[in-house]
Amino acid sequence: MYPELGQLALIIALLLAVLLSVVPLAGAATGRDSLQAFARPLSTGMFVFTGLSFAVLTHAFMVDDFSVAYVANNSNSMLPWYYKFSAVWGGHEGSLLLWILMLAGWTLAVAVFSRKLPSTMVSQVLSVMGMICVGFFLFIIVTSNPFDRLLPNIPADGSDLNPLLQDIGLILHPPMLYMGYVGFSVAFAFAIAALINGKLDAAWARWSRPWTTVAWAFLTLGIALGSWWAYYELGWGGWWFWDPVENASLLPWLSGTALMHSLAVTEKRGVFKSWTVLLAIVTFSLSLLGAFLVRSGVLTSVHSFANDPERGTFLLALLGITVVASLTLYAFRAPVVHVRSRYGSLSREIFLLLNNVLLVAATMLVAIGTLYPLVLDYLNLGKLSIGEPFFNATFSPMAVAAGLLLGAGIFSRWKRTDGGWLARKLLWPLAVSVLATTAVMLVYGSFAPWAFAGVFTAVWVTMATVWDLWDKSASKKGRWYGLKRQSRSYYGMVLGHLGLAMVIAGATVVSNYGIERDVRMVPGGSAEVGDYTVVFNYIGERQGANFRAEYGEFDVFLDGKQVASLHPEKRHYPVGMSVMTEAAIDAGLFRDVFIAIGERISDEAWAIRLQYKPLVRWLWLGSLIMAIGGFLAISDKRYRIRVRSEAKDTASTGEASAAGSKAAEANA
Amino acid sequence: MRRVMLFVPLVVALVVGILLASGIGKDPSELESALIGKPVPEFNLENLREPGEMLDQSLFRGEVSLLNVWAEWCPACWDEHEDLMWLANEKGVRIIGLNYKDQKENAFRFLGRLGDPYQTIIFDPRGTLGFDLGVYGAPETFVIDARGVVLYRHVGVVNERVWEEILLPVMNQAKGNS
Repeated sequence: MYPELGQLALIIALLLAVLLSVVPLAGAATGRDSLQAFARPLSTGMFVFTGLSFAVLTHAFMVDDFSVAYVANNSNSMLPWYYKFSAVWGGHEGSLLLWILMLAGWTLAVAVFSRKLPSTMVSQVLSVMGMICVGFFLFIIVTSNPFDRLLPNIPADGSDLNPLLQDIGLILHPPMLYMGYVGFSVAFAFAIAALINGKLDAAWARWSRPWTTVAWAFLTLGIALGSWWAYYELGWGGWWFWDPVENASLLPWLSGTALMHSLAVTEKRGVFKSWTVLLAIVTFSLSLLGAFLVRSGVLTSVHSFANDPERGTFLLALLGITVVASLTLYAFRAPVVHVRSRYGSLSREIFLLLNNVLLVAATMLVAIGTLYPLVLDYLNLGKLSIGEPFFNATFSPMAVAAGLLLGAGIFSRWKRTDGGWLARKLLWPLAVSVLATTAVMLVYGSFAPWAFAGVFTAVWVTMATVWDLWDKSASKKGRWYGLKRQSRSYYGMVLGHLGLAMVIAGATVVSNYGIERDVRMVPGGSAEVGDYTVVFNYIGERQGANFRAEYGEFDVFLDGKQVASLHPEKRHYPVGMSVMTEAAIDAGLFRDVFIAIGERISDEAWAIRLQYKPLVRWLWLGSLIMAIGGFLAISDKRYRIRVRSEAKDTASTGEASAAGSKAAEANA
Repeated sequence: MRRVMLFVPLVVALVVGILLASGIGKDPSELESALIGKPVPEFNLENLREPGEMLDQSLFRGEVSLLNVWAEWCPACWDEHEDLMWLANEKGVRIIGLNYKDQKENAFRFLGRLGDPYQTIIFDPRGTLGFDLGVYGAPETFVIDARGVVLYRHVGVVNERVWEEILLPVMNQAKGNS
């Protein structure tokens, strides 16, 4: 009975989404407040019914209702309750429902937090969100119903959740990632609304900025969680595989990063408008492209969902309609005004433009690398899979170039920057960076050009960021006063850049100075990895909740002193007949020691994988700091205060916002 | 900037869209069914153990074989290797290895440690034959009859149960065919 209610709730939500995409938009076009007033209640209703549907599916998992096909395929009565909960988004249908729940959630958030915006704008933005929702509701109801029943032959038990997904990292990874993907729909909706109105102004950029930043912060967290999970769960100690699904999440991240910076220029200086609005469209389109790549089976990957041509066609149609409609609108409505000489050839505008060029180039590079096999096949030029070497060789130079520009860009000024002044300004950070990088090379004991470039970039970005903070916080009332006077959005930027520097440092050092050894070990024996000695004490067996495991005990010594005792496992899951490697890691800020058990070679001996991973934690710590920077930036007072004063200004002059406040009253 | 420039993104998007649409029909994992009953795709790749010696699809003629796709970097391949050794030594199955997107030294280290159940190993460092076979991750195992026709594809590890319940019946059928 409940599953049918869940499905009914989805259908009601679809109907509300249809109304939402038509009624407020019609109201905005004809200037009827009575129609625009529907925008907020419809958004709320859509979210409530989607939430209800999600709750029903969760309930089906919790009570082991194996009559529901999706539950039977992704759960098992032996599964602990928290994995039953995360299994709700462990497969295609449920993760799609989570995606839609978040889309409805973002729509509701816009409805709630946009009370101070002109009502036409709000109506249009919410209508566009409604249109996107319609597409996804149709997709789930038509092709991927999570409430399909297996009647009358109800399975006695479920076929279990993929053991790879039975992990804390995977409980959190998809929700964070989807929050990011879906969150870019808000920036997209604002861009479309602005194009419809023909009002691509500073106010539009200011309203879009916090939404873009928060979506970007979630996406950053989601990608980092996925990388962290792959590192300790997949058993071979890698942290990024250039897998199509990973690339699918990196694409909107790169263009979203470009969008964040370009919005800043548009807000502060009123230039790059056409470019910014195009980035907003592209970023959300890339999020949709990611969904298409993962769910259609066009490209295959270790963790793509089961494929179904019908789903692929539907998603491609959805993607096609979104992209063609928005880009056509863009082509006809984007401003073509040429802004003449409002900024010099050396200015912050130019640095941010170069940053955008590099980020977009990197986006295209990753897109080409991901879609390349498909394109070649289409042109009948042969079939080829593309791998890590391509990405490593092409992506690294771009990252270094972007980092070097970033350092210089931080000191630059809007409108015009004096070249000589900038060069003098950069002299000291440059000198310190060269010295510090040389010191790092000495510590790790060997020199490699790419290692030097990467570490130098990281130090350079850090030096420039800290130097600038030092300059800006100079005050007659003392340093502390100066530091306190800086805005939260400035600190957000500082954290974002420092986090990036950490990620670059981590990626460079672990790639160049990490050590991997596959050794044959017998209990009682020992092996070396880097400066560490690993002693294999014994191997035993234990019974887990839904698996049987062989586990080893290893002691790790540095200079004769024990630093850790590690217990890696090899788990056998009987239900799905699968084997999982649970690596044991002694984590540290400056290095990880990583041990994974391989095959039994003989009665006594085991294949053991030992790894020394310097600075690998910096990858995820840096990403976390970047995300915190994003959240800090949107908590800045100026978004609230300026929006309020804006509303007051127009209230005294125009009718539009009087209507807006009326609509708001009607809702309250 | 002229307005015509603003149409560039639209045109680019349409081109990419056409490419993606063509990709749906050619779903690589659909090869699962498409390849069954068809000969092994043509290839010309090096023999891993005999550098310089080239192998092609004629390798599969004359005897029923298993084609096992493996790589050193694939943890599940380590897991199934013991069972492949058992199949080759105890059951006398002819297993052809496809060393997939691997490096030679890694492959030899793997075989040196775990043993070598393969009659011949095809070295496919760029994954070209793997792509034609629709491989989307190692390990995968194909049953190929004496005429060189693909009869079955198994994704994931081979173990005793998979052998007895799935592969053996297909192998017997293959022997009946020829």
